[in-house]
Amino acid sequence: MSDTTPSDLPRQPGNLEHVIYVLRTNPVTLIAFGMFTFLILSALFGPALVPYDPLATNAGNALQPPSWAHWFGTDQIGRDVFSRVIVATRLDLTISVAAVAISFVVGSILGCIAGYWGGWADIILNRFLDTIMAFPLFVLAMGIVAALGNSVENIIYATAIINMPFYARLVRAEVNIRRDAGFVRAAKLAGSSDLRVLATQIYPNALPPMMVQVSLNLGWAILNAAGLSFIGLGVSPPTAEWGIMVAEGANFIVSGEWWLAVFPGLWLMFAVFTFNLLGDGLRDIVDPRKRT
Amino acid sequence: MLASSPRLRAILLRVAQAIPVVIGVVVISFLLTRALPGDPAVYFAGVAADEASIEETRVAMGLDKPLPVQFLHYVGDLLQGDLGQSLSSGRPVAVDLANRLPASLELTLPALFLAVVIAVPLGVLAATRPGTWVDHLCRVVVTAGVSLPTFFTGILLIYIFYYLMGIAPSPLGRLDFIYLSPDHVTGFYLIDAALMGDWETWRGAAKQLVLPATTLALFTLAPIARMTRAAMLTALSSDFIRTARAAGLSNRTVLYRYAFRNALLPVVTTLGMVFSFALGANVLVEKVFAWPGIGSYAVEALVVSDYAAVQGFVLAMALLFVALNLVIDLLYTAIDPRIGFEAQ
Repeated sequence: MSDTTPSDLPRQPGNLEHVIYVLRTNPVTLIAFGMFTFLILSALFGPALVPYDPLATNAGNALQPPSWAHWFGTDQIGRDVFSRVIVATRLDLTISVAAVAISFVVGSILGCIAGYWGGWADIILNRFLDTIMAFPLFVLAMGIVAALGNSVENIIYATAIINMPFYARLVRAEVNIRRDAGFVRAAKLAGSSDLRVLATQIYPNALPPMMVQVSLNLGWAILNAAGLSFIGLGVSPPTAEWGIMVAEGANFIVSGEWWLAVFPGLWLMFAVFTFNLLGDGLRDIVDPRKRT
Repeated sequence: MLASSPRLRAILLRVAQAIPVVIGVVVISFLLTRALPGDPAVYFAGVAADEASIEETRVAMGLDKPLPVQFLHYVGDLLQGDLGQSLSSGRPVAVDLANRLPASLELTLPALFLAVVIAVPLGVLAATRPGTWVDHLCRVVVTAGVSLPTFFTGILLIYIFYYLMGIAPSPLGRLDFIYLSPDHVTGFYLIDAALMGDWETWRGAAKQLVLPATTLALFTLAPIARMTRAAMLTALSSDFIRTARAAGLSNRTVLYRYAFRNALLPVVTTLGMVFSFALGANVLVEKVFAWPGIGSYAVEALVVSDYAAVQGFVLAMALLFVALNLVIDLLYTAIDPRIGFEAQ
């Protein structure tokens, strides 16, 4: 997660002023960072702070509308919806962060190999990525989870696989345009090995656009994971997770118990919205064309 | 003959390019079916199977042969349209999918149409009037559209229009139980009912369609509107537009004949991505509205671990998507005359 902090991105002097300038002219980005901090805090400390045990049932207190005692009401077996929504933050963020981290690492390695050495590796990688992209991605994720088995880890792997092409392509392009650049030749002339040049001279250039991709991708990964658990994959019922809570709440919406589905849904939306805003903001910071 | 028509050659070339993709899709589908948790023979032999019958199933399904041979069998079955047998329905998966496909298309196509009809003008207006309320509306719609989980939008719409306002029918399938489903001709209820001249059923089916189609449209609207706006802005700031304006052409001509036609190209390209999202979102929308399409078929199959059905669905969707992308690219050649000549 620390990868996405703004101080990590720009390295040259003068960029701090630029970050401050962007944040000042675009308060939305600042708000997005605030929302992001809130999400991280609720993932870290939420389980310790929530007023009720997210799994504790209380049949006498079922399906209560929101009140002071239960801010988001209670569900069909009397569990506190607010506690469950907050506790679920950790699981949902873990799934998406883990998936994005895997696709980041694997995509970087594959993209570097294809972009730097080219040739057969490049052709095979491109065919492979084309094939993945030839599937409707959510449907492919369903197929992967069905094939690997229905578990949270496999949700992570499936989400990682369908995100991987975006990273691999980005890194490949960034590496490819720089492999014959002056500074790369200089580094080689100075006796650095291919691997060293790749790791220290070329790859870091791909990081800023990768960060933007990560932020936009996290939102999508959360949506995707929640969608999978909404159709009954991965997370199993007693666990608090936004997608499955919306799925359970959906059965009660036609009889008017809206709080069961609406609050987890809103939280899910909030998380995705945060990452999308953050991605747009990060793009403003790293996009050189926006610099004045 | 071929060389004389560069357009035709470009089209054939594009069709040829789809072949390796189809092969890749089939290979991945094959790997997915063979990556079943545990031993597929044990699974397909059923719960009550003993050693002997498991072995029998293994031989019967060809699972005792090496993987390349199994792959050839798999491709041979596919070429005959055999996607395997569904355990839950007991029918061939291909038949099940074919029966349910019209329901999915009847949901997806109007939704995509609705999305394009709203998103393209919205994007054009936002690009021609930057900073006005249309522009802000466009931005809000785009950001909300990509952040809203489809299943959540659907549930909210059900709550508002069915529970609170009571103007939508109950969100259960394609037709309320008070109507008889129309005679099966095309499988599209709207078309079948119209063919029978049964307008009451037609209205019933249309009413059921409004909420799910809106949900799907809201989801697909965002990328189209965003792309239209960006493409229009790029087109409007280009030199040929300045020249056209300087030549004194009317605002209308500049906008629609010059800028819009050029902006259409990237929009058509994004449609491919939009289809990918729409086919995925379709699964969720069908689940929310109990819509009896192929998406909910796959979800039901997942719940009972009916793997042949799920993998058949995945393969069918992938082939559908490859075909859609092919059509889009061919459309592209039709819109942009330069493409055919570049490919020479």
